[in-house]
Amino acid sequence: MKVAELAEKQEMKIVSGHQGLSRIIEGGYACDLLSDVMGNAVEGQVWITLQTHKNIMAIASLKELAAVILVKGLQPDEDTKKQSDEEGIPILTTQGEAFETAGKIYRLLQEQTG
Amino acid sequence: MTEYSADLHIHTVLSPCGSLDMAPKTIVNKAKEKHLDIIGITDHNHTGHCRVVSEIASQHQLFVLCGAEVTTREDAHCLAFFPSFALLNNFQLLLDKTLRRVTNKPELFGHQVIVNREEEILQEIEPLLISATTLSVDELEAEVHRRGGLFIPAHVNRSAYSLTSQLGFVPPSINADALEISKHITKEQFRCDNPALNKFSLIRSSDAHFPEDIGAVNTRFSIKEPSFEEIRKALHREDGRAVL
Repeated sequence: MKVAELAEKQEMKIVSGHQGLSRIIEGGYACDLLSDVMGNAVEGQVWITLQTHKNIMAIASLKELAAVILVKGLQPDEDTKKQSDEEGIPILTTQGEAFETAGKIYRLLQEQTG
Repeated sequence: MTEYSADLHIHTVLSPCGSLDMAPKTIVNKAKEKHLDIIGITDHNHTGHCRVVSEIASQHQLFVLCGAEVTTREDAHCLAFFPSFALLNNFQLLLDKTLRRVTNKPELFGHQVIVNREEEILQEIEPLLISATTLSVDELEAEVHRRGGLFIPAHVNRSAYSLTSQLGFVPPSINADALEISKHITKEQFRCDNPALNKFSLIRSSDAHFPEDIGAVNTRFSIKEPSFEEIRKALHREDGRAVL
């Protein structure tokens, strides 16, 4: 599943990093401790978090993540958006909380892989 | 220039996790015993004990840097210090406004009391002081500097409640006056591990919650006299002032 497809199916808003919308989603990681994400997230995952600081894009880039999903209607900081555009890693936002967001994406990915 | 010894991160009985023995007079006595010339009073998200400690300390040739250890919305701890009581009180209003309202349960977290120099309880603070404010790291930095304060991310080497743990690494672009490291690492080791942060002065402090921890480690300043402005200059390596 591509990032664009996920955004459309889950009615998530694409805030930045549009040129990365065709990235393929291999899985997901949900955590708000960036030190843990840096250690444990895997390439191609979407990352579900409430953190909005620009460091999230440095870590998304380092780990080659497919996209970052901000929950609870949170908006990225201006410099975070800028870096998302530069890296070509999209930031999506949803009004949902991390628990339900992770559940929905998990189900979608399970359906696709059968 | 003269060399002065400082421990800029000390909690009082006002912090719920601070020992009941951390009364203003005890802190001053212990600091003198440890040959400190400068101490920082940094309770969690509250500045209520700065004045009384300063008043007692001024009679013992001990200088007090007044501030707080603020919890940002990312759960990162940052020290904030202010040059006057007026600015400190103004910052307290911001803390009152932005601290998330959770009522303290003293039996779980400990008491949060403000005392006078005779150690009589003047006030019990109701909101839980170890909860977080709604300020992001960058917002806090701006608010502190707008009030002429010093902004120093706390114990950045630690794996909990630090910029490193919460945001993965210390953003090299952060507008900090210095970085604080804990007693668990030496300056040399930290410098060696973090070449990207070489431009920042480092302070090393105890984060004391008990009297015996005061001065466990210290920071040495080469300055003209113990004052807010001289310390600020030392942190920025201005006019021959320095952190040794």
